[in-house]
Amino acid sequence: MDKKVAIDGNSAIAEGVRLARAQVVAAYPITPQTPMVERVADFIDEGRLDAKYIAVESEHSALSAVVGAALMGTRTFTATAGAGLALMHEIVGVAAGNRLPIVMGIANRALPSPWSLQVDHSDTMAEKDMGWIQLYASNCQEALDYTLLAYRIGEEVRLPVMVCIDGFFLTHTTEVAELPDQEKVDRFLPAYDRGDVYLDPDNPMTINQLNSAETFTELRYAHNQALNEVINLFPKIAEEFKDIFGRQHSLCRDFECEDADVVVVTLGSSSGTARKVVQRMRANGMKAGALQVSCFRPFPKEDVIGKLKGAKSVAVIDRSWALGTDGPLSQEIKSAFHSAGIDIPIYNFVAGLGGRDLNEKTIENVIHSTVELVEKDEKRLYPIWIDVKKEVI
Amino acid sequence: MSDLICKGTTTCEGCGMELLARSIVEVLGKNTIVLTPPSCSAILTGFGDQTCWRIPAFQSNLENIAAYCSGISTALEYQKREDVYVVALAGDGGTVDIGLQALSGAVERGHRFIYICYDNEAYMNTGIQRSGSTPIGAWTTTTPGGKEESKKNIVEMLMAQGIPYIATASVGYIDDFKRKLDKAKDVNGPTYIHVLSPCPPGWRYEARETIKLGRLAVDTKLYPLFEAIDGDIRITKKVSKVKDIGEYLKLQGRFRNITKEQIKSLEVDAAKYYDKLVEMEVE
Repeated sequence: MDKKVAIDGNSAIAEGVRLARAQVVAAYPITPQTPMVERVADFIDEGRLDAKYIAVESEHSALSAVVGAALMGTRTFTATAGAGLALMHEIVGVAAGNRLPIVMGIANRALPSPWSLQVDHSDTMAEKDMGWIQLYASNCQEALDYTLLAYRIGEEVRLPVMVCIDGFFLTHTTEVAELPDQEKVDRFLPAYDRGDVYLDPDNPMTINQLNSAETFTELRYAHNQALNEVINLFPKIAEEFKDIFGRQHSLCRDFECEDADVVVVTLGSSSGTARKVVQRMRANGMKAGALQVSCFRPFPKEDVIGKLKGAKSVAVIDRSWALGTDGPLSQEIKSAFHSAGIDIPIYNFVAGLGGRDLNEKTIENVIHSTVELVEKDEKRLYPIWIDVKKEVI
Repeated sequence: MSDLICKGTTTCEGCGMELLARSIVEVLGKNTIVLTPPSCSAILTGFGDQTCWRIPAFQSNLENIAAYCSGISTALEYQKREDVYVVALAGDGGTVDIGLQALSGAVERGHRFIYICYDNEAYMNTGIQRSGSTPIGAWTTTTPGGKEESKKNIVEMLMAQGIPYIATASVGYIDDFKRKLDKAKDVNGPTYIHVLSPCPPGWRYEARETIKLGRLAVDTKLYPLFEAIDGDIRITKKVSKVKDIGEYLKLQGRFRNITKEQIKSLEVDAAKYYDKLVEMEVE
């Protein structure tokens, strides 16, 4: 029987890992990810998860160890945050390039410097083009469900997946969520299939050796094909998920977008806030909309365009930076619209960095500023840092 | 000769590491997973669709070979497969410098794997740059005037961690290496063998002298052969008639500019370390 539980984001991912029957886990502690791996360690200790836990000496070794375990044909999990993910960077490429369906929980945390313990998406954005699938949850239920989807989708296309939750705003916030029954999860997620790349003395192969220009491009091309395949696969698997668990998930989640004067586009926990702001504005006669991009890699261009093209203008909030240019989410959306030949005013706002609350007021400011800019027909080549303190400007 | 490694390889003429690789597959057999970092041993793991191994092989990164071994070994444990050996074949740079953290962590956690360091005393695959394992007085491309510091003693560091089996070996005494590997394979935990592996292009000597140099290093006490089982030291090649260090040095171009003081320090340190081992040896 499914049951309703009060759960935080870290525990939600840990429950997903338990229900997915992960077999080898390796992790190194870093705030705000620690409760996630502590929960997994508890599950193993209590005999509720039949797995081995390797308490490694660094994040670099954490990902390396799960790469080793995945090469042996086991279902794996690791987790990290911020600077820990940056330390893993080299092995992020190895995991993806060897097509290993590792699942990694990310408690999003700003990259140094300046040091911060708190959320923004600069850590995962620095890894966005490394060939992993990236899912961003907006609440604890999504954190759990995306973990199950991550194993299922990753293992079908043989690619690793990051399940990203905002540090503290999701990792440490308790919400009500439905904890699915093990039997249902087993129906949704088949036993691990080791695929075609593995280390086994009964069928020896050499893996990951040096390549020449003769083959490098083709291997990258195949990798890119597999990643893009997720765009088609996600809705099909989401349908199966809905049949079994009763909850609908999609590449991007739209709310009142169709006839909107302004749609605000977000990633992560601020998406829930944006929906609430839109609801209130609609009640006051303002035609606003909200779009949450759930799957950032691969970037679902068609879905995003489809859901935004009815809008008169778009405001993209980046909770991360690309210093010197647009934020990464804005770059994606502007590029998709330009390629599709659709001309809608799109403005980029940077907000919520280093744990600054991306609250209702900020989102209202974003929407009002966008309306004003459209009215004045004012173009902006660079992002607007909407929540920067006035005395700095 | 084992057919688990191919006959023709593209290692240099007189390569000590290749001899080790052949000995490894001979002793351990087919149920062995081998990992190589970007280094000379990666030559065996191959290029494109070619490989020298007929056992499962994985090309690691330079600093994390022991971390990959941790994951592989743990997965084997999960799968209840006790019949498979996990072997890291890494050079001195990948071991004593950039790979030290992952190695130390894996040894501390007690994973069952065999770590073999072929010590050719510099970054040879990138073209002879100084490593922490380069001896004092040796020329490399990044110590054009000769290295001023002594060689890092990784074996002592790992012994301080309480590793259950550790040994030194030399390409010059290959049967001694094979005996040690045969012991390491049955240990249920981390094992480490540090093997002096002379390198003709890096040390500047004729390829035919590899074995001779591998023996001279031991016979001059510069490189004592011993093993330690659960910390109990046993010298496996007693040196009763010490050969002249000068004989070892003059065969190699890399020591052309070594100073008298540096030779003296090599001699003093070697004798002192050998005596220390004798003192610590278990009867």
